[in-house]
Amino acid sequence: MTRYDAPTHWQSRYDHFIGGEYVKPHGGRYFDNPTPVTGQPFCEVARGTAEDVERAIDAAHGAAGAWGRTPAADRALVLNRVADRMQEHLQALAIAETWENGKPIRETLAADIPLAIDHFRYFAGVIRAQEGSLAEIDDDTVAYHFHEPLGVVGQIIPWNFPLLMATWKLAPALAAGNAVVLKPAEQTPASIHYLLSLVADLLPPGVVNVVNGFGIEAGRPLASSPRVAKVAFTGETTTGRLIMQYASENIKPVTLELGGKSPNIFFDDVSAAPDDFRDKALEGFTMFALNQGEVCTCPSRALIQQGHYADFLAAAVARTREIMPGHPLDTATMVGAQASNDQLEKILSYLDIGRQEGARVLTGGARAKLGGELSGGYYVEPTIFEGSNSMRIFQEEIFGPVVSVTSFADLDDAVKIANDTLYGLGAGVWTRNINTAYRAGRAIQAGRVWTNCYHAYPAHAAFGGYKQSGIGRENHKMMLDHYQQTKNLLVSYAPKKLGFF
Amino acid sequence: MSDLVTVTPAAAELIRSLREQHGPLMFHQSGGCCDGSAPMCYPAGEFRTGSADIRLAALTVDGVPEPVEFWISRAQWARWQHTRLTIDVVPGRGSGFSLESPEGLRFLLRSTLARREHEKAPDRASAAQSRVATDCVEQRPQAH
Repeated sequence: MTRYDAPTHWQSRYDHFIGGEYVKPHGGRYFDNPTPVTGQPFCEVARGTAEDVERAIDAAHGAAGAWGRTPAADRALVLNRVADRMQEHLQALAIAETWENGKPIRETLAADIPLAIDHFRYFAGVIRAQEGSLAEIDDDTVAYHFHEPLGVVGQIIPWNFPLLMATWKLAPALAAGNAVVLKPAEQTPASIHYLLSLVADLLPPGVVNVVNGFGIEAGRPLASSPRVAKVAFTGETTTGRLIMQYASENIKPVTLELGGKSPNIFFDDVSAAPDDFRDKALEGFTMFALNQGEVCTCPSRALIQQGHYADFLAAAVARTREIMPGHPLDTATMVGAQASNDQLEKILSYLDIGRQEGARVLTGGARAKLGGELSGGYYVEPTIFEGSNSMRIFQEEIFGPVVSVTSFADLDDAVKIANDTLYGLGAGVWTRNINTAYRAGRAIQAGRVWTNCYHAYPAHAAFGGYKQSGIGRENHKMMLDHYQQTKNLLVSYAPKKLGFF
Repeated sequence: MSDLVTVTPAAAELIRSLREQHGPLMFHQSGGCCDGSAPMCYPAGEFRTGSADIRLAALTVDGVPEPVEFWISRAQWARWQHTRLTIDVVPGRGSGFSLESPEGLRFLLRSTLARREHEKAPDRASAAQSRVATDCVEQRPQAH
């Protein structure tokens, strides 16, 4: 196993990236950016305000026209070159992302960065293959449909996968011909600048603009600007509603991904044999600890059928106890640091309410004290609660390595419990019976139902929410529609007048 | 002060400070991912509440001339109504568009059970029936 050194490629200070160059914040202020690995600041970042956002929107408008008219093949080439550059620096990007977010290096090496690279390549591919349409209305009349970029779009990025979530939003927007003003999360503002240090020379100035800062000071002016044609946001429900409210004032579209409380359902037949499939299902259970549980689709509710409940849960507890905590830059580490102190505190508050509600702690249940340089970091023990679906730990997104387990009687009961939530982003179904898998998958009100797998995020599989989990889809070519207008030319080839006038 | 929502002294201090900077304030309790499950603090009226929301409290905070309303979505409260809420503050950063974020502080909600009977050992069947705490009466949403 390898232990990587803390990255040294950071600048001591990052300004805003506007119009292809770094620009100091209008207000002249900066904020410290700590690593959750140790809790210590490693750089400072511009504290953006409305003036900076306006400047970025100006730059984006200056670039949007030419970028939108750039042939799709050329835009695709830019995206492919970005992907190539990221591939060349995959390890450095992974280390940067781990230092920024606290997640284990094995995840950034194997998932975050490779998925981001592939995402740029995917949208480079699909934009080449996108076609408009024509409809022959009658012998002399044809309706042509063209895809046109929206223009300048605003994107507000979450902190749980800083580079991958930025890529999920950037790649389709750029492929579709838009210029972007992007605000990273204030908890994780720096890794996107390391990425920019690698790829900025590939991007026409003004096509990608990054304004740092706090939600209220930089996010709000971006989300409420009448000069952005669309806002994309990943986050939580109250801010999602606020962004819709601002969008309604400007009559602009939004796409929102607002999280979930995803059920992971294990039918009795999973335990029909002690084979690879059961082993895979136990890994699927343990996926609640992936990325320290800071995933919108964290399988944070495990529903286990009564027939194998005790045996399967015992095996799942044993598997969870094998999760190796440790330094996030050690490739042996399986669970790293929560992204921020307030996230740590929130998780601890849920461990408290879970106990108060009478849920039983089967393993974990406390802050993890790892000692040494990690003693100032934000670590939580992977935790399994046993309780009932009405408890708040079953109803709210804790965004930590915490799963709440309950049992179910049959398919109908499983679906009833699975759907007894405000959200509908992800779900998991584990069974050897294809009919059970199909019926459960279709009945669960969620945008993504992983069937005999979990936490796979390949490009070309649509991702997005039902119910209060949001609006729109990501990760699929249909995403281009979220970043394009439809232009219809309705053309008459008839030489003679209608005869009305 | 409301029985449903209380404020710690540290949170009251932060509310006073934010009131001086931003004028009258309100809270809306968030759900969902990332910075969700946190009380978001806005200038009063910035977040438009409606028929989907319930006003849980009009908080009286020393040094703040007007009550600070605390709102939550009706659907979310239906799943929370067996608990009582305390607004606290921790060091932190980032909470959507909430006003305290630049201060290096973050509002955090702590919860306690409204009724002792929920503390019994987990029993799926009975716990599923026990969601509703009857001593919470829904308040009608109040238009801004």
